[in-house]
Amino acid sequence: MPVPTPFHPRTSELCTSLLYKEWAGCYAVCRYDVYVDREYYALRNQATVMDATPLYKYDVTGPNAADLLSRVMVRGFEKHAVGRVSYVCWTDEHGKVLDDGTVTRLAEDWFRVTSAEPALEWLDRNKRKLDVRVVDVSRSIAALAVQGPLSRDVLRPLVGGGIDQLKFFRAIQVELAVGGSRVEGVVTRTGYTGDLGYELWMDNPAALAVYDALLESGAPLGLLPMGLDALDVSRVEAGFLLSGVDYTSARYAFIDRHLSTPYELAFDWMVQLDRRPFVGRSALRRAKETGPMRRFVGLEIDWDEFEAIHERFKLVPHLATGTCREGVPLYREGRQVGYATSRTWSPLLKKYLALATVEAGLARPGTALSIEVTCEYERHMAKATVTPTPFFDPERKKA
Amino acid sequence: MAARTPRYDAIVVGGGHNGLTCAAYLAKAGRKVLVLERRHVVGGAAVSEQVFPGFTYSVCSYVVSLLRPWIIRELELARFGLEMIPLESSFLPLPDGRSMCRWSDAARTRAEVSAFSPHDAERMAEFSQAMSKIGRFVRPIIDAPAPEPASWNPKDVIELLKLGRHFQDAPVDQMALRLKLLTMSAVDFLDEWFESPELKAPMSVSGIIGTFLGVRSPGTAYVLLHHYMGEIDGAFRSWGFSRGGTGGVSNAIAASARHFGAEIRTEAPIDHIVVDGERARGVVLRSGEEIRAKQVISGCDPRLTFLGLVGEKHLPADFVAALSRYRFRGSSGKVNLALDALPEFVCRPGAEHLRGDIAVAPSIDYLERAYDQAKYGTYSRRPYINIVLPSTVDPTVAPTGKHVMSCFVQYAPYELSTGPESWPQHREAFGETVIDTIEEYVPNIRDLILHKQVLTPWDLEQEFGLSEGNIFHGELTLDQLAFQRPAAGWARYRTPVRGLWLASSGAHPGGGIMGSPGALCAKTMLEERAL
Repeated sequence: MPVPTPFHPRTSELCTSLLYKEWAGCYAVCRYDVYVDREYYALRNQATVMDATPLYKYDVTGPNAADLLSRVMVRGFEKHAVGRVSYVCWTDEHGKVLDDGTVTRLAEDWFRVTSAEPALEWLDRNKRKLDVRVVDVSRSIAALAVQGPLSRDVLRPLVGGGIDQLKFFRAIQVELAVGGSRVEGVVTRTGYTGDLGYELWMDNPAALAVYDALLESGAPLGLLPMGLDALDVSRVEAGFLLSGVDYTSARYAFIDRHLSTPYELAFDWMVQLDRRPFVGRSALRRAKETGPMRRFVGLEIDWDEFEAIHERFKLVPHLATGTCREGVPLYREGRQVGYATSRTWSPLLKKYLALATVEAGLARPGTALSIEVTCEYERHMAKATVTPTPFFDPERKKA
Repeated sequence: MAARTPRYDAIVVGGGHNGLTCAAYLAKAGRKVLVLERRHVVGGAAVSEQVFPGFTYSVCSYVVSLLRPWIIRELELARFGLEMIPLESSFLPLPDGRSMCRWSDAARTRAEVSAFSPHDAERMAEFSQAMSKIGRFVRPIIDAPAPEPASWNPKDVIELLKLGRHFQDAPVDQMALRLKLLTMSAVDFLDEWFESPELKAPMSVSGIIGTFLGVRSPGTAYVLLHHYMGEIDGAFRSWGFSRGGTGGVSNAIAASARHFGAEIRTEAPIDHIVVDGERARGVVLRSGEEIRAKQVISGCDPRLTFLGLVGEKHLPADFVAALSRYRFRGSSGKVNLALDALPEFVCRPGAEHLRGDIAVAPSIDYLERAYDQAKYGTYSRRPYINIVLPSTVDPTVAPTGKHVMSCFVQYAPYELSTGPESWPQHREAFGETVIDTIEEYVPNIRDLILHKQVLTPWDLEQEFGLSEGNIFHGELTLDQLAFQRPAAGWARYRTPVRGLWLASSGAHPGGGIMGSPGALCAKTMLEERAL
């Protein structure tokens, strides 16, 4: 049975739809209202607050903290500056991706790792003789994602002027001003929406006070609580892949074709091969040499063709706001060349988008493929063009 | 010295949203385009201005419904700053203390309507489905240049036949419904579906917006359909605010146009369009500067374009005659208010129902009476008012805690019995009438008003170049739509003056923040290799 997060007393009051799902063993709101568009538009036009507590979180401390992470992750952390956040993945010995997440250096000897799947055992297993301690803080630290163009203004009364100096993918430790008192916390300028946004990390006992302070500060700015459904649309617009949906963790892969190298997930940019040995290094060297067989890409599905398929049945396509996670095959010249794993109608771009995996030779932007479209229980084909991600990349995200 | 060789492939006269759209499409196709706007801001009637410091008014046009998704896609408007916020509800306050709110949540709407009529609550789904089916038929017409029934050009004939098949290919009940929509009044049409007057009154109003007709006038049913066009765009959604006001739409289109290489000049009023040898050659600005171009495109309404900027002497007599019969008859005004706090409606306190639109349309008789007064040249003593408070969902348009209230008011006939030029003397009283009306629902409204802007049809004509103050560049009635807009034989953006094109709401498919006339004009020009 899922457990409530520390924000549950507030979020359950606000969640009039009673639509929840299980996320890492916790109750997570899908949408607060049956009408999900309000949350999506609040995210893109104002600001939203989402309970991100279910994320797995680990504090890695000690003189060798950086060494452990450098050994486990596909990049090194020895020179990773304090106050910096990195998005990174980690692989098994065969160079197959286990998970992806963020690593924040909070002090010289203190890192915080977030992940989609549990990672304590994997970190501990690789510790060997290093002087480092890994503590699972998943259920003792609460997290909120405050995202959207006005998120900075929402946070300013709590965080103070420091929020204006906080750069993209940087972190600060702060004393949050809540209800006349101050609570310790961490603010990172990160998120899963591809918009301007921040994440707040605090000890469980402070959770409700922070939540109340946020809602109060956000009310005049149009801040709304947001659930996972709207998040799922925004993360596709941002081109972010999701473990368990767009790729399978090596831990759960049953057959070889379920496995992915970082190169296949288009994570090339995060892999640092020329450094001290790390888990998967030699396999990754080989993988880089041979080049990936397939590649993670963005697709834009041709709306006119999609409409024309519906028109054959005298239908008008209706796509509710939300992301469809059923995989569908992709073709080129009659041959299957890949599959789309997440599809969403972007209410903002007025485009039908997909995240997909295709043969490496067909991953270049502009490549025309066909996607299977089921209409009235019949299979049809519509054009889908490989498109660079992020599909939506507002300047404010990094400004 | 005026340059003799054209520096531009095209000059667009008027930087309204359609002119800008046309310019963006031409620039995207690699053409050298110049947009000339008379005012200091682009947008025409889709404009945001801080008339009162700190408060951004969508001065004229105030909601966006029909902006075509393919235009948003093709001009990459999201990338250039277009941000849309959907209207969440439609609120009807009633003078007797009751109220009805229709929500995006269908079940909730059903419950609200049920309080007035359980039958109507159930019928709404059926009605909406029937309208969407018809909308499906109409949509190909609004997303393509108008059909040309008088042409024997094989391409036109084939198109017309296709359209005919599309039309005929329907069950009898659908055909009957279509004929009813084309001929009936909005009220008669709704009477066939619903029993509750409280539901029918606000619904019928969409049939009269921007026309000088009443809800009981035949032919108004058709315009109801336009309300369903947003829905039949499938994944699109219906009405919305543009962040920062409707000027946000124009600014995004302008940014897209500039990105593709178009040049936009503001405060560049045109004196006339240069026509020599029956061909448009360029424009002369009021400053005396002459600018030449291979093609001239007008984003202004047909009267201003042809009788104002071209001149009768360059036009065939039958075209001038057709233009003089083309009806403008502006029938609406606008009151914009800056408020110190959110207004509270006595019939339903709270804020949740104020995030959509609010209709002061308590009964059909009320609406018809409002029209009766206008018929004889006075503004309605108790008008239909469509109110929106964009600051409830868009904090950028007003200081924190304060609000902007936009009131679309009908009827305010251009032709006052004392003459349209007497409007300035009536402006103040007209504004007071609107506030008096609102006061019946929000008793303390006067205490909240920090600033008031009143626009009469006369102001819309003088300030925004909308002939007779018609917000749609000519009434949206069936006889002025499709192949008859603005005149039979000239519905495909071409004009009797070679090298002059019409890309405004006065061209097919008409008014509203759609962008279609501008986009379709540009597409036609490119297809016909006009430049």
